[in-house]
Amino acid sequence: MESFFLVIATLCYLIGTVGYLVYLFRDREQLHRISWTIMLVGALFHGTALAIQTVGSGHLPLTTIHEALSLFAWIFVVTYLVLQIRLQLRILGSFVSPLAVVFMVSSSLLPSNIVLKSESFRSGWVIVHVTSLFLANALFALAFSLGIMYLLQERHIKKKNFGFLYERLPSLERLDSISHYCLMSGFPLMTAGLLTGFAYAAVVWHSPWSWDPKEILSLVTWIIYAVLVHERLAVGWRGRRAAWLSILGFSATLVTFFVASLLLSGHHSIIPGKM
Amino acid sequence: MPHIVLLGMNHKTAPVEVRELLAAACRKEINPLHMLPHLERVEEMVFLSTCNRVEFLFTCNSLSEGMREIKALLRTHVGLPASLALDSFLYVHQDLDAVKHLFMVASSLDSMVVGEPQILGQLKDAYRDAVEYRTVRVVLNRLLHKSFSVAKRVRTETCIGSCAVSVSYAAVELARKIFGDLRDKSVLLIGAGEMAELAAENFLRQGVRRMLVANRTLERAMELASRFKAETVPFDRFLEELKATDIVVTSTGAPEPVIGYQDVKSRMRERRNRPLFFIDIAVPRDVNPKVNEIDNVYVYDIDDLQGVIDLNREERLNQAQIAEHIIDEETIKFRDWMNSLSAVPIIVSVRQKAEAIRRNEVRKTFSQLPDLSDREKEAIEVLTESIIRKLLHDPIVFLKKKARRGGQALYMDFAQQLFNLEGVGGVEEQDRLPYASAPQPEPAGDRGAGQGAQAQRAANGHEGTGKSFSSSERGRDSGEQPFLQTAKK
Repeated sequence: MESFFLVIATLCYLIGTVGYLVYLFRDREQLHRISWTIMLVGALFHGTALAIQTVGSGHLPLTTIHEALSLFAWIFVVTYLVLQIRLQLRILGSFVSPLAVVFMVSSSLLPSNIVLKSESFRSGWVIVHVTSLFLANALFALAFSLGIMYLLQERHIKKKNFGFLYERLPSLERLDSISHYCLMSGFPLMTAGLLTGFAYAAVVWHSPWSWDPKEILSLVTWIIYAVLVHERLAVGWRGRRAAWLSILGFSATLVTFFVASLLLSGHHSIIPGKM
Repeated sequence: MPHIVLLGMNHKTAPVEVRELLAAACRKEINPLHMLPHLERVEEMVFLSTCNRVEFLFTCNSLSEGMREIKALLRTHVGLPASLALDSFLYVHQDLDAVKHLFMVASSLDSMVVGEPQILGQLKDAYRDAVEYRTVRVVLNRLLHKSFSVAKRVRTETCIGSCAVSVSYAAVELARKIFGDLRDKSVLLIGAGEMAELAAENFLRQGVRRMLVANRTLERAMELASRFKAETVPFDRFLEELKATDIVVTSTGAPEPVIGYQDVKSRMRERRNRPLFFIDIAVPRDVNPKVNEIDNVYVYDIDDLQGVIDLNREERLNQAQIAEHIIDEETIKFRDWMNSLSAVPIIVSVRQKAEAIRRNEVRKTFSQLPDLSDREKEAIEVLTESIIRKLLHDPIVFLKKKARRGGQALYMDFAQQLFNLEGVGGVEEQDRLPYASAPQPEPAGDRGAGQGAQAQRAANGHEGTGKSFSSSERGRDSGEQPFLQTAKK
């Protein structure tokens, strides 16, 4: 049942993405409204599927990288849908919805053999750890999209070469301030997520830090974002450099997620037998 | 025939310091036009002063004397230092060149930003002043009106005018793409040219929070500031203001860039890297193009802005050629008018002579026939007038026609011999006529022509002949109408 819902959700995301890509070329408000609604329907199916999984297993669906990515995709889409209402930055959908499809499709391609001990996902620490990190990453993914939009638009204006996107993209300051907002709300969440992770590790393994590759990579990612936040607040970094750094930051997040989970061994690894 | 001379300096020939010195001096309480009665050789005069040009348009019979007088006026009245080599900054256009130059100026083809619309208004103001001081008569009156209609023609037949307007519009649009909402932004105007005004107007309409004006002459800065509710900044301190402004519009006309790479770079940290948008509408440029390489700084010069509005160079060049063609056409038309003007003294003399003969003969006839009634006398008057008019009609039409083509001197000479005229030149010394009608706020082409004819009619000084004079076409039926009119009396 839940896999059927997941397929429907993926299809909805796909249709929504197509709608948003058409919207990129044709400025019809109707198009945006339909695409947004389709994404919402997809998110509802997706959420239902996740709820069924959670109820069925008694813990958050995080035992496989497939499930984890699917959960992340859902949080990402919901974050976008909510922010869209607040921001009314319609063109953002054209840059965000493809990411959702990529997450969903890659999640279905990834191995789904259970590796992590399911009982750990009943712990409140882990729930906070995972949800806050996923929410932070969802915000960072938005910042990543905004960064790409910023760089495109900045290039138009700087090089004085105006493609069709110039008309469609919003002003630089708007993009930068939304990106700033995503970053400033994402960073505390990420910090909280990491701290709860350390706390849980300290409780379960009696050591908060175990040189787990994912821990190291997470710390690197955190440092990247910490630098970005610091520079933004203290020095007033903005614009192109900030956009590049938020793209770099999210890339590091992706590396952390995939590389550490798939290739390297450690607490977070899902490769069988390497625990 | 009087010479038309245009003497002046603009942003191409004189550095901004000299221009501003001259413009500021001319803006003193006494308008240079006020001095015309003291000039012996200069007949008519119009004085135009804008941020980018100072020009004297005048007519005189002796070219060198007239120019000497105007230059002397510049020295004494304006009080330019004697050390200043004035001649090196001035350009002098004569006759048709002057006409063409004026048309170029009016159509905004000679402006720093080609097509900016302010210049026409400024020219109209200059004309209004001249009318007020009664310093324009037949020639300049006609010329100025013609220049207005030429400007109008260029505006409607080419897109040169809309270009400039859309340039300033494009600048605002770009600013909106950088800043989004402009309501909390501040704008700094460096230099206060016409185009800067246009941009400022547009920004003000967007509701910018604060506007600053920095200009070399404080007077002009204050003038602009009061119009836009702006503040003024000392010109040598505008770099400090870069820290607090978001949009900078430069139009100083300085020969070298006034804003360099380091000037901006060193202030970006203090600005906390907030975007800075330079709109450089000066030619040559005021902002070093390298400034565009600084992060979060965007520099657009006038070419870039014209690029934005999707007009490529070729198209613009093409439009400029069309405009020049219009101006050449109109210049030739004006030349024809000028040439026909030179037939005027001869025609006037012919009429005067005929009228004198008629009066003389009528007087003799009346003295021989003392018992004529008033009505009969009047009939004889009308009869003789009518005969003369009809007799002279064809020769006059012939003269006017010939006067429009080359080699009219031959015919004019022939006419003088044929009618045995003497002292035709004397007619040119018409007494200074009050300008016939009040200036029109929006002079259209044909109205200008009408006023020219009106002034011309006034110049004849004959009520009866005036009618056939105003246009050769109308002259055809003028033979009968006065008779009917007088007969009704």
